[in-house]
Amino acid sequence: MNDGTPATTLGHPTAAAVGFFLLFVAITLAITWWAARRTRSTREFYAAGRSISPLQNGLALAGDYMSAASFLGIAGLVAMKGYDGMIYATGWLVGWPALLFLVAEPLRNLGKYTFADVVAFRLRQKPVRVASAIGGILTVLFYTIAQMVGSGNLIKLMFGIPYEWAVTLVGSVMLLYVLFGGMIATTWVQITKAVLLLVGVSVLTLMVLASFDWSPGSLYAAVAGQYGQAALEPGGLVTSPIDAVSLGLALMLGLLGLPHILMRFYTVPDARAARKSVLYATGFIGYFYVIIPIVGFGAAALVGRQLIGEIDKGGNMAAPLLAERLGGELFLGFIAAVAFATILAVVAGLTLAGASALSHDIYVHVVKGGEADEREQVRVARWATVVFGVLAVLLGMLFKGQNVAFMVGLAFAIACSANFPALLLSIVWRRFTTAGAVASILTGAVLTVALIVLSPTVWVDLLHRDVAPFPLRNPAIVSMTVSFLVGIVVSLMSREPTAEAFFDDEKLRTYLGVGAE
Amino acid sequence: MKTAHEMLQSPALRRLVARRWAISLTLTALLFLAYYGFILLVALDKDRLATKVGTVTTLGIPVAVGVIVIAWALTAIYVSWANRVYDPAVDRLREELEK
Repeated sequence: MNDGTPATTLGHPTAAAVGFFLLFVAITLAITWWAARRTRSTREFYAAGRSISPLQNGLALAGDYMSAASFLGIAGLVAMKGYDGMIYATGWLVGWPALLFLVAEPLRNLGKYTFADVVAFRLRQKPVRVASAIGGILTVLFYTIAQMVGSGNLIKLMFGIPYEWAVTLVGSVMLLYVLFGGMIATTWVQITKAVLLLVGVSVLTLMVLASFDWSPGSLYAAVAGQYGQAALEPGGLVTSPIDAVSLGLALMLGLLGLPHILMRFYTVPDARAARKSVLYATGFIGYFYVIIPIVGFGAAALVGRQLIGEIDKGGNMAAPLLAERLGGELFLGFIAAVAFATILAVVAGLTLAGASALSHDIYVHVVKGGEADEREQVRVARWATVVFGVLAVLLGMLFKGQNVAFMVGLAFAIACSANFPALLLSIVWRRFTTAGAVASILTGAVLTVALIVLSPTVWVDLLHRDVAPFPLRNPAIVSMTVSFLVGIVVSLMSREPTAEAFFDDEKLRTYLGVGAE
Repeated sequence: MKTAHEMLQSPALRRLVARRWAISLTLTALLFLAYYGFILLVALDKDRLATKVGTVTTLGIPVAVGVIVIAWALTAIYVSWANRVYDPAVDRLREELEK
């Protein structure tokens, strides 16, 4: 296509890309410095002093959710596979209304810093905290591995720096945010990144539409002209109805068990603010998933699948390549820096969630039996942050070169099978018991991991066997159902009078906010 | 003025909680209908979604965007109900409650 001249500067650290990236790091470190002076208590470290407004929290939630996987991944999927990418995009939004209808407000009223606060509210603290922390940490770990490996690869593709350096860079910068600025810094980094991402993708969308006389129809016609009508029709992504519904369940209800998302509801003053923040978040995320397919189709039409595929087989570079084609090196630099910022911010949020499970749930409530003074709690929270951050970098290196795309699916599947059933049952069901909660969480976690290992994703794609013992690629429909059943059956086998008595007191707090933190 | 115990027994609180769940579960059901309906349509009747509604534009494109818009609209319906009805009711009940 471009006889002799390189088709793209992607993969070389251009002045524009490095400049925008350094600017972002400088701004976010300034935010961290500002936040550090306001981060003394646990309330500030874990929950930003509950001072975040609904609009700010809506942006931060959107920031946590719009990861590099959804920005680069879905644009790439639409560019390479056409309409199938759009099907995937819808699945990423539909969890948000469910989160609001089922858990957001009770979660805010009942908890303090983690979702385990809610599950353990009227049950026996130690066993429930341990089980919830296991479910929470597994979810966060798998999500983090996927993000770290993805970030190493993406940064290598975009800036040309070696994988190990990229992973270490991400780990170190995000550790600065979380360690010194806690939730205040993490939230503002997330807001900054969300605004940059929304602006960047909006500009990209406008440029695509401008190239097609502001008519999506002309864009689709160009895509169909080059790749056939099939690009605009459902293809091979969804074939088995059960598998498709199972994936849908994991995407939708997994959101209701993601610790780093749930934690954000504690940063707003009350349940009303929590509710409004979901409306903002759903608006931003919905807008994002409506316009991202335009970017994907635009990349297919203007950059071409061949070049996108040559740079990265998965198509992840579709959006950056499109940015370069339409806006030159400067705009590519901006989009590359935004993608980098996205990864940093998401990993920071995950680290804070992982650290809170380790320190607030395990250390304070299990090891110390709930008796620890503020200074000790903040100190332990910071140590847990370091532990989790180092672990994230090491896991990123360990899984170098591995296909980890399925790990995001695994994280969502564990979230919806281990964390979500116990969370929902503890809110709505008087007879739910400690034994039921522990059994439900552990069954959900173990069953999900086991079924993924036995699924075609691992058995056929990674181990290259012919047939997998378990036919579904996503186990949620089985593992979540079993987890609910186990939680209900085990609870019905014995009674826990204290838990039932507390359920009444809990009602005033759940629905009226009386005594909420 | 009511004690916490009296409040828990009060029909007003029970009605409010029941109403809250009736509305959120109805909206959840509509959400499931929209999303899983779409997924099953993709799985079972691809030809219908491949029908052209423009020169090349397929029915699937507006339907996918529609699912996102419906999801947001359901969220907006809940928030507007809660702001108009639920919050004032909560305020009234909290005023009746002994400190």
